Amino acid sequence: MSDIDSTKTPEPSRRDFLYVATGMAGAVGAAGALWPFIDQFRPDASTRALASIQVDVSAVEPGMSITVKWRGQPVFIRNRTEAEIEAAQEVPLDELKDPVARNDNLPPDSPASDVDRSAGEGRENWLVMIGICTHLGCVPLGTAGDFGGWFCPCHGSHYDTAGRIRTGPAPENMAIPAYEFISDTVIQIG
Amino acid sequence: MSGGHSTYTPKSGIGRWMDARLPLPRLVYDSFVAYPVPRNLNYAYTFGGILTLMLAVQILTGIVLAMHYAPNTELAFASVEKIMRDVNSGWLLRYLHANGASFFFVAVYIHIFRGLYYGSYKAPRELLWILGCIIYLLMMATAFMGYVLPWGQMSFWGATVITGFFTAIPLVGEWVQQLLLGGFAVDNPTLNRFFSLHYLLPFMIAGVVVLHIWALHVTGQTNPTGIEVKQKTDTVNFTPYATIKDSFAMVVFLFVFLYFVFYIPGYLGHADNSIEANPLQTPAHIVPEWYFLPFYAILRAITFNIGPIDSKLGGVLAMFGSIAVLFVVPWLDTSKVRSAVYRPWYKLFFWLFVVDAIFLGWLGSKPAEGVYVMLAQASTFYYFAFFLIIMPVLGLIETPRRLPNSITEAVLEKNKGEAPASAQAREG
Repeated sequence: MSDIDSTKTPEPSRRDFLYVATGMAGAVGAAGALWPFIDQFRPDASTRALASIQVDVSAVEPGMSITVKWRGQPVFIRNRTEAEIEAAQEVPLDELKDPVARNDNLPPDSPASDVDRSAGEGRENWLVMIGICTHLGCVPLGTAGDFGGWFCPCHGSHYDTAGRIRTGPAPENMAIPAYEFISDTVIQIG
Repeated sequence: MSGGHSTYTPKSGIGRWMDARLPLPRLVYDSFVAYPVPRNLNYAYTFGGILTLMLAVQILTGIVLAMHYAPNTELAFASVEKIMRDVNSGWLLRYLHANGASFFFVAVYIHIFRGLYYGSYKAPRELLWILGCIIYLLMMATAFMGYVLPWGQMSFWGATVITGFFTAIPLVGEWVQQLLLGGFAVDNPTLNRFFSLHYLLPFMIAGVVVLHIWALHVTGQTNPTGIEVKQKTDTVNFTPYATIKDSFAMVVFLFVFLYFVFYIPGYLGHADNSIEANPLQTPAHIVPEWYFLPFYAILRAITFNIGPIDSKLGGVLAMFGSIAVLFVVPWLDTSKVRSAVYRPWYKLFFWLFVVDAIFLGWLGSKPAEGVYVMLAQASTFYYFAFFLIIMPVLGLIETPRRLPNSITEAVLEKNKGEAPASAQAREG
C-alpha cells in the first residue's frame, strides 16, 4: 500500500478491482462454508426414511379409535359411528372457522365437507388425521369437547367429529396425511 | 477495563517484569480494586455481582452433571434418575443446578427492575443496557433448552409448544420449526442438539458478560440519585467498599437459595416432569417454568385477530414484542432526569408495572379461560402502555423534584450534614 496510493488515482485501478473481487470471492466462499452447518439442522435421512407405515385396522370397530405413531407424531384412526357422521354432515360449511379440508389426498382448495375429511365415498366411517392441535402442537383428547369430537386441554380448542376446528385458538382443521387403503383392512400412511 | 487513568504501581521485580509484558495484574487492580464506584450505592446494586456468582454456579454444576447425563431419548430420563439416586452427591448437584436456574432469574429480574427504576439505561449507557438485554435473551434460551433435557412430560410438551411458536411465521414457519427440531416432532435429534446448545450458550453468556462489564467500566456505574460522578468525594474504591457489600449480599442471597435447595427443592418445579416424556399423551395443563409465566400470559392474551394477523401469530408477536421492547427503552424514555427518586409520577407508574408483571405471572399459571383471559388482556395492555405511552409522554409533561448538585451533596443532605467516617478517613 505504501508504493501505490490508489485513492489518488482518478480511475479505479486494476488493483482496486482485484481487491474487491478477492473480497467478494471470500464472502461467497464463507457463506458457502457456513451452509453445511445450517443444513445439518434439517431432518436427517433416517428421520425422512420413516415417512411411510402400514396399519391393520381390521380390529377397529365402529366407535373405536386407535392412535399410531408416524414421523414421531400421533395419527388418530377412528371408525366413526353413524351418529357422528350425521352430526358432521349436518354442519353448514359457512359455520366453519376453517373452510378448507386440509386433506393431503385432495386438491388444496377442497372444502371441509364431511366426505372430504373422511376416507371418501363408501368409506365415510374412516377418519385418519394427524392428532396434533393446529394451535401449538398438543395432542387433543378424543370424544370430548362441545362438539363430541376432540378437545385440546392446553388452550381450549374444540374440534367436531370430523376433526374440524369449531371454537378456540387453533386456526386450522386437524391435518389429514397422505394415505390410502391398500386392502380393505390395511391403511398405508405416507 | 477502566477509563485509562491507571494508578497501579508494581511493587516487586516479578510484578514489574509481568507488567511490561502482560499487564493482567494491572487490569485486575484497575477494574476491581482501585476502580471508583459511587459512594451511595444501595443493596439494589449488588445483583450484578450475585448474577456473576450464579453464572459460575450454573456452569460448575452443569459441567459435572454433563458427566453423568445421556442426551438420548431412550436414556435421558433414566440417567437423570441415576444422578438423583446413584451418583455420589448427584442429588445435591442437580438440585443446585435446577434451583440455581430459578434464582438466576430472581436475580436478573431484580437487576432489570433496578435498572428501570434508576434509569440506568439512559445515555451514555444504552449499549450497556442492550448487552444486558442480550444476556437475558441468552439466559431464556439456555433455561428453555435445559428444561427439555430431563425428558419428562413437561420437558417434552414445553418443547413442543415453544417450537410450535415458530409455525406461526408465515411461509417459512414450518421449515424453521423442522430446522429447530431436526424432524417432524420433538424427538432424539431435538434432545441431542438442545444438549449441545445448552452446553454452549452459558459460555456465550460469559462472553457477553465481559462486554457488559467492560461497557460498565467505561461509563461508570449509575447510582440512586442518577447524577453522574463529578468529584473525587463522590466515589469510594471498589475494594474494599463494593467488594464487601457485594459479598454480604451474596451470602444473604445464598441463604435463601440454599433454603430452597435443601428444604423445598421441588417447590419451583412441576410434578409432571417426574413422568417420562410420552409423545402420544399431552398433560392436562401445560405450564412453563415460573420465570416465563408473564410472557406465557401475554401469548395467550391475544385471542382475537388483529387485521390480517391471526390470533396465533398475534400472540407470538406480542410475546416476542414484550421482550423486544426492552431493547429500545433508552430511546422511549424522554425524561431528562434519570432516577425515579426525583420523578414522583414515574415512580408510581413503575411500581404499578412491577405489580402488573407479577400479576401477569400469576395469570400465566391459570387456565386460559373466563375472567383470566380478560385480566390477561388488561395486564398486557398496561405492560405495553408503560413502555410505549407512559415512558415517552411522562418524560415531557412530568415536573421532577429538585436535584441535588452532586452525589456528595445528596449523601450529606441525607445524613444531616455529618460526613460519614469513611469519607473523612479517605480525605485525611
